[in-house]
Amino acid sequence: MATMTQNPAVDANAKHLIEIQGIGKDYQEGESSVQAIREMTFAIDDGEFVSIMGQSGSGKSTLLSILGGLNHPTRGRILLDTLDIYKLTSEQRADLRSEYIGVIFQSFQLIPYLTVLENVKLPMSITGRKGRKQEKMARDVLARVGLANKADRLPDQLSGGEQERVAIARAIVNKPPILLADEPTGNLDSKTAEEIMNLLKELNSEGQTIIMVTHNPEACKHSSRTIMVKDGSCFEN
Amino acid sequence: MKLHNISFNNLRRRKGKMIFLVLGLFIGIATIVTLMSITESMTHDIEDRLDQYGANIVMVPRSDNLALSYGGITMGGVNYQTVEFAEAKIPEIRTIENSKNLGLVAPKVLGAATVKGKDVLLMGVDIETEMQLKNWWQFAGAPPAAADELLIGSQTAKTFSLAIGDILTIGNRDFTVTTILKPTGASEDGIIIGDLHTFQEILGKQGKVSMVEIQAFCRDCPITELVLQIGEKFPEAKVTGLRQAMMSKMQTVEMFKTFSYGIAVLVIFIGSLLVFVTMMGSVNERTREIGIVRAIGFRRGHVMQIILLEAMVVGLLGGLLGYLGGNAIAWAALPLVVKSSSFAGLNYNLGGVSLLLAVALSLIASLYPAQKASKLDPSEALRAL
Repeated sequence: MATMTQNPAVDANAKHLIEIQGIGKDYQEGESSVQAIREMTFAIDDGEFVSIMGQSGSGKSTLLSILGGLNHPTRGRILLDTLDIYKLTSEQRADLRSEYIGVIFQSFQLIPYLTVLENVKLPMSITGRKGRKQEKMARDVLARVGLANKADRLPDQLSGGEQERVAIARAIVNKPPILLADEPTGNLDSKTAEEIMNLLKELNSEGQTIIMVTHNPEACKHSSRTIMVKDGSCFEN
Repeated sequence: MKLHNISFNNLRRRKGKMIFLVLGLFIGIATIVTLMSITESMTHDIEDRLDQYGANIVMVPRSDNLALSYGGITMGGVNYQTVEFAEAKIPEIRTIENSKNLGLVAPKVLGAATVKGKDVLLMGVDIETEMQLKNWWQFAGAPPAAADELLIGSQTAKTFSLAIGDILTIGNRDFTVTTILKPTGASEDGIIIGDLHTFQEILGKQGKVSMVEIQAFCRDCPITELVLQIGEKFPEAKVTGLRQAMMSKMQTVEMFKTFSYGIAVLVIFIGSLLVFVTMMGSVNERTREIGIVRAIGFRRGHVMQIILLEAMVVGLLGGLLGYLGGNAIAWAALPLVVKSSSFAGLNYNLGGVSLLLAVALSLIASLYPAQKASKLDPSEALRAL
């Protein structure tokens, strides 16, 4: 195992989809400063399925939120297709997320007062797509995750596995090139977790870059690469 | 799906929260509308009563030679000669610009006559109009109904020892006393009142009028304006507005209005705080949801749009229901609060103001929390996950 700070994976000449260059994140706790991420440097290529694995509090979720443009790092930079995303304004980063990044949250995070179909349409409500086109895309993606017959249900009428599928459908409906998944199997039984992982693998095989945070070694088996995070630093497994 | 669908779905599927918010606005607006409606009805009532209470404009011929007095008009000591204007011209009063503000117009002829060897002042009036104008008169008998019937002042009745049914000869004509006024403490006590045209004949003043008393409804016009307009029509007349009566009339009404506006401001202030706290709580509860949509790629403007649209809908609903509810309460409560007062009807201006006020309150109350929520770092919002 080698620390990613010295990892030759970051080849200065090669062009990667995402480059994480010396990022760090400190949080202020009272008068003292806590380092959630000390320093991490690695790269992710287009079409990869990368697992970021670590114990609770290791900094993996913070890393994911920084990758998603949701959390400004204290140091370092993230290049997405050579674009330094934290040099953008927060509104430009919102546009970037809308277009390039799909997020599958831990605990699904569906909007409770919107139906399954409306939850899936949510990312499209700001894209200017016409209603009929939205309807077709949302129904197609729901069929893809096996929930075509539950489009009009409210989230609390679904099982955990079904809610996770809706969350995946919402994340991929805009066809973003990058999919970030935060503990996608964390709240599921092993059978359902396996189904979800197969679905993610299927998406990856179709060319979608997936970055998944998990503490479950089983889930890592489905990814093409695993990065271990421990005490705010990362190592290639 | 558009952003407004998110707002409407939230309101539709979270009925409890929406009802609570609408209820807050409803109570505030309904209280204001009730108060304003009751005040308005009471003001109308007071104004109507005050307006009906006698004349407030007096028109007399321009003359330095007036004697005796009636209603503040000096007619001179023993000189009973008065200057008159033509009765035929009187209807022109109603051609002034503010003619809609005119109520009763009561022309009178005044002159002295000798009855049973004593000088007495005769006043010829249109009996029906006069009785309406002097609705505070108390009298014995029935109001005169024919040209040969008389209304006698209390002092005159005593002087001539007259009783109802007695015959009194004035000039060469016999009249029946049908009405005797109870003491008024005013000029009427010492005069004889009869039909205008009959007295004109007796006094030799056919087609002439000594003075005109005019009742003006001055709710929406200054009395000075009416006095000027009548003066322009009758350059030969001296038109006087009983300003003092009007001033105290308006002062009473103004005091009442000021009081109710004061209460309304207080209610608006308390209502605003209530709406602000409720809206703030409602938006704060949605921090997680705002974090999710921001992470999905919603801009700050999108979040603001959703929250403010919801606030606007809540404001419109609260305002409309508050306006209707307030009027309903006023309608039901008015007879209990002010006896004999009737509901003044829907005031559409107040309706417009209620809606605007409710929407403005709702928007202002949500603006700060919406701005705060939209500025929230998505990762901060998601930390609440």
